[in-house]
Amino acid sequence: MKNFSGNILFLDRDDINTDEIIPAKYLTENTREALAPYLLEDLDMEEFDPAVDLAGRQAIVTRSNFGCGSSREHAPWALEVNGINLVIAESFARIFRQNMYNCGMLAVEMDRSVLDRLFSRFAGLTTTVETDFEGGIFTFTSGDQEEVVPFSISGFDRELIHAGGWVDYADRRY
Amino acid sequence: MGKTIAEKIFDAHEVDNPSGDIRVIRLDAVFCHEITTPIAINDLVKRGKDRVFDPDKIKVVIDHVSPAKDSKTAMQGKILREWARRNNIKDFFDIGRNGVCHALFPEKGFVRPGYTVIMGDSHTCTHGAFGAFAAGVGSTDLEVGILKGVCAFHYPKTIRIDIRGTLQPGVYAKDVILFVIGAIGVNGAAGRVVEFAGPTVEHMDMASRMTLCNMAIEAGGTSGICHPDETTLEYLWPFIKDDNADKAAALESFQSLASDPDASYDQVVEIDVSDLTPRTTRGFKPDNVVPVEEMKGRGVDQVYIGSCTNGRIEDLRVAAAVLKGNTISEHVRAIVSPATPHIFQQALEEGLINIFMEAGFCVTNPTCGACLGMSNGVLAEGEICAATTNRNFNGRMGKGGMIHLMSPATAAATAIAGKITNSDLYSAAKTQSP
Ligand code: SF4
Repeated sequence: MKNFSGNILFLDRDDINTDEIIPAKYLTENTREALAPYLLEDLDMEEFDPAVDLAGRQAIVTRSNFGCGSSREHAPWALEVNGINLVIAESFARIFRQNMYNCGMLAVEMDRSVLDRLFSRFAGLTTTVETDFEGGIFTFTSGDQEEVVPFSISGFDRELIHAGGWVDYADRRY
Repeated sequence: MGKTIAEKIFDAHEVDNPSGDIRVIRLDAVFCHEITTPIAINDLVKRGKDRVFDPDKIKVVIDHVSPAKDSKTAMQGKILREWARRNNIKDFFDIGRNGVCHALFPEKGFVRPGYTVIMGDSHTCTHGAFGAFAAGVGSTDLEVGILKGVCAFHYPKTIRIDIRGTLQPGVYAKDVILFVIGAIGVNGAAGRVVEFAGPTVEHMDMASRMTLCNMAIEAGGTSGICHPDETTLEYLWPFIKDDNADKAAALESFQSLASDPDASYDQVVEIDVSDLTPRTTRGFKPDNVVPVEEMKGRGVDQVYIGSCTNGRIEDLRVAAAVLKGNTISEHVRAIVSPATPHIFQQALEEGLINIFMEAGFCVTNPTCGACLGMSNGVLAEGEICAATTNRNFNGRMGKGGMIHLMSPATAAATAIAGKITNSDLYSAAKTQSP
């Protein structure tokens, strides 16, 4: 199972699309590792600098419809090769979400009210999330601030994470 | 209780129900192109599972960058080509016989009502125009599709878009779908099948239905879908005539697929397009849709006519009708990419290519080309493109470039004016019928 804990990158915007996560011009790469330097290169957010803001982050907390647009699995791969295996959002685009679980990565939906609270308490601060996958609990910490948030995912998604992805799961079963 | 067409297709294809509403379904077709397939192939090879579930159900094309523009894209083509050969995939369309996947595969008769189709491409939803469940997937889903012929989805919920009213001359399926996306938003159909129904859709030809379904994903839809009817039958008849006693029998089986009158929908949206005016987009989201009139006069640097949304012969005919006898503005460059070799040939025979060239267009070979900003018309920073494509994301056609989505008629008129404008096809109609 992959690591789902670490420092958080807060992206306070809806509809962050796959062209922003990894631009099409890098789709000619035939290895995942080659995508690493280009993650979020075209993100349309003021004052976002991938070189600075991505350093040492292992999780993303964002808003609704994250990963909309193309089917490119290069988007989760670009996250993965940067050590980011967890995205928490109000909602995800279907293909992106499926791609995450197919790769054994974690994409968790959370109510807007909870996200509002996380953004207002923690955005801008150095914040970590500690993930208890089996227990279904995120613990967000910054300095002496702490917030515990339960989460749930479907049985199928859970099995994909345990299997390490869809290829291994399907290969055993079908 | 009745079922929607998507539910009927799922029930007929169910292989497994691993948990909750997750259904693993059997696939009738797996489509592949050179951008998302090579990584799946490489992974299969690495796992020692370089096999395919059924070589006749896998259709392969090089289309996104064609011919190869550099060593990396050449390698993507090479991986795909060699894989198709060693796995006996007969339907492989190499440079010269290739075209934009979502235009080429329907033209070859590969999509049938009731089919399940996946492809590592988000605009796979296009094929729903034939009454199929067709969904874009990532490379891992594609990999499992290639190996096992199955894919997992949530049992489909459907949003039905009921469209009525006769379109004004100069207003097209593209304007309708832009309007719909503007109304429901980029998230408006998230995780659901988008069923296009109602009299306006019933009167549309297959090209227009494909344009509608093509952009279902821009509203977050899993697949677009239309009910198969006589129009579908006429289009597919050359491919299915040997499997059916007669047209009436084929039509009956098509019609039995259509959603039942008492099917239940997640949401129904009713729109009347009688007074719809041509539409375009503003900014970097496909749901930021405005009347062309509102953007009138905005200068553009490039005009692009092509793609899986609007690169079919019907689109080229409309654009050529606007361009005929005109030349493009000296302030723009214009590119047209007929979506398939067959469309290119038709356009040649009908004299359309001549019209484009005399107007000052660059005519390219069939390819996705500029649509995704990898070749054949990449924008420079700060440039603006009027395009008949489907996605106006920031950087889509080149870093720092901006795209305004529109119909081929509007794009052609914009090329002539050098700035966004309505075509005469529309305004002429307006003055005739006050
Ligand atoms: S034409 Fe554009 S949208 Fe269509 S398949 Fe090609 S790149 Fe994708």
